[in-house]
Amino acid sequence: MIYEGKQRIWSEYQKDIPDDNWYYVRSCIRQNFFPASERMFTEITRNVLGKDIYETPHHTTCGGIAYHCDTIPQETVMTIVARQFALMTEAGYENYCPSCITSFGNYAEILETWREFPELEARIREDLWKACRREFNKPKYLAHSSDLIYHWRNEIAARAKHKLVNAVTGEPLKIVEHIGCHYAKMFPSKGVGGAEYPYVLAGMVESWGGQVIDYPERRHCCGYGFRQYHVKANRGYSLSNTHKKFESMEPYHPDAIITNCPGCPYFLDRWQYVIAEQTGRTYGGNGFGIPVLTYEELAGLVLGYDPWDLGLQLHQVAVEPLLDKMGVEYDPAAKYLGLNREDIMRPELPTSIKCF
Amino acid sequence: MNGNIVIIGGGIAGMEAAKALLALGHTPILVEASKELGGHVASWHKLFPDMSSAKDIIDRLRADVRGANAFLGTKVISFNRLADGYSLKLSNGIVVNASAVLVSTGFRLFDATRKEEYGYGVYDHVITNSDLEAWFSGKEDPRVPENVGTVGFVHCVGSRDLKACNGQCSKVCCATAIKQAIEIKERFPYAKVYCFYMDLRLFGKKYEDFYVNAQRDYGIQFIRGRVSEVGETIDGGLQVKAEDTLSGKPLKVRLDLLVLMSGIVRNDSIRELSEMAGLETDSDGFLRSVDNEYSVVESNRPGIFFAGSCTGPKTVPETIAEARSAALSIHTYLSGE
Repeated sequence: MIYEGKQRIWSEYQKDIPDDNWYYVRSCIRQNFFPASERMFTEITRNVLGKDIYETPHHTTCGGIAYHCDTIPQETVMTIVARQFALMTEAGYENYCPSCITSFGNYAEILETWREFPELEARIREDLWKACRREFNKPKYLAHSSDLIYHWRNEIAARAKHKLVNAVTGEPLKIVEHIGCHYAKMFPSKGVGGAEYPYVLAGMVESWGGQVIDYPERRHCCGYGFRQYHVKANRGYSLSNTHKKFESMEPYHPDAIITNCPGCPYFLDRWQYVIAEQTGRTYGGNGFGIPVLTYEELAGLVLGYDPWDLGLQLHQVAVEPLLDKMGVEYDPAAKYLGLNREDIMRPELPTSIKCF
Repeated sequence: MNGNIVIIGGGIAGMEAAKALLALGHTPILVEASKELGGHVASWHKLFPDMSSAKDIIDRLRADVRGANAFLGTKVISFNRLADGYSLKLSNGIVVNASAVLVSTGFRLFDATRKEEYGYGVYDHVITNSDLEAWFSGKEDPRVPENVGTVGFVHCVGSRDLKACNGQCSKVCCATAIKQAIEIKERFPYAKVYCFYMDLRLFGKKYEDFYVNAQRDYGIQFIRGRVSEVGETIDGGLQVKAEDTLSGKPLKVRLDLLVLMSGIVRNDSIRELSEMAGLETDSDGFLRSVDNEYSVVESNRPGIFFAGSCTGPKTVPETIAEARSAALSIHTYLSGE
């Protein structure tokens, strides 16, 4: 691998990311899968870095899942998105930051479509006005929330309590970075680092002391792929995609996986259990799986937040091996205590993959 | 006017034209941007379909043009129209007044780093057709393993590719890939060699035989399908994904070496030269001939002629034939016929 070759490509795919004043929109599904990730984003950006991050409860789905499942026309999605932009305009912001990768791709695609076909944008403006009497400005800047954490990665590193370094050996932890397909595969120029060798998560890993693993199936889909999973008959296909990735990355002995998409961490995490139950195969050391974290969760660990406040007990794959390697202190007895310190009950433990 | 003829570009087109003009009694002036005559062919090992030595042809041409004045490492920096010719200022400070000018600036190879999915400049064992020719000629290259077990050739890298802003066929890559695959088999008889192609355009004399021989005598496998993705394996090899469109199945192979057949694109100097001299360019970016059937060597400006790949991709024999044709056209033009 010629690292300088990647650096040359990364230098060609950088984007302008304003340092402050962002209108933030949450994902439809992330809070169900990884409940503290978006909460941690606002915590880090507002309270640690002191940035202005605005949210509104009037925000709705962007329609991206339905669009990519072919159950909704693009004009309908555009009108939904136009309403989101109207909310941003009414709030006085011009920098738009979605938490969901599919939303990010959806917004990028719509803005590009309107640029190519201004008559379509005019029609959508008319439809929005008829539907809810709203008007909008298009965002001046569009960035995914992982772009913002990438932008502030060195500020986070400067405040780090823990690095992505083995606390015993001092060696950098080996991290697989997995990018959501809708981040840059549609528009390489919209993603930090482009589509083939994205740098958005790799930059965080490097900045926080880890070593990025590049493996043959790095670009492969996590297995979610919308219709691969949402059409029940295709779920075997979803699982086989995930299986292919783990078989490819396993020889590199990764310590963790970092992701920036709602679906990817879910499927890379949960399917490890299914693969273990079906085949007995586990990919972490000593019968454990490979912990899969969102970038907000990993940033939270780096900044010294309690792993149980980050919601890591809701992961299928045990995160304790990673916490031990990083030297993160945690109370095993508090794992299944909720925010109010009441017992949230323990899940049934699987038989083929080690969990606590 | 003085009857001077300036030839811009000292590749095989410029040299062959110079040789023909010398034979017709003229003393052409060769202006070559690099330090030596020969162009791309000078860095090539063998030529298809006869596997003749490129060096022999270049040596012969260099000897044949000794009588011409040659300015090496020199560029044309200004180009002015006179009443009966052109005044060219060269980067060495010399000003030449010419009655006729032959443009034979050739081409450049597509920059393979732009096809990021193939990993040229990122993965340790991905090279281009040009790199492989240099290795065949004896230049050491750590990207070529000592023992090559499996090799892949990717056709049409940057050719017929609208995303690369290069829609035209480069014409020579199919036959070059076959030639290079055969040369690999001659050096590594037990190697498995795959050629990934979307079309095989084997139009020239003996090209089809060449293709059949590659399969029958050398066991080279031709797979109709474009490579979608290249990755590096833990042992430093390459994992290549493609679709075999004849069997309708995706395939994945592990390779020791991947060779990208970089296509022919217009030389960067064409834009500058066309602006200075008032020459028209075509939609593909190459120089535009008066027409593409009868007057291929003639430009839109009187006394300016073309030869070789400055007007589009050409094979070696086509380039040589065109250079001779251009020399004769210049001779006729200067004779006032």
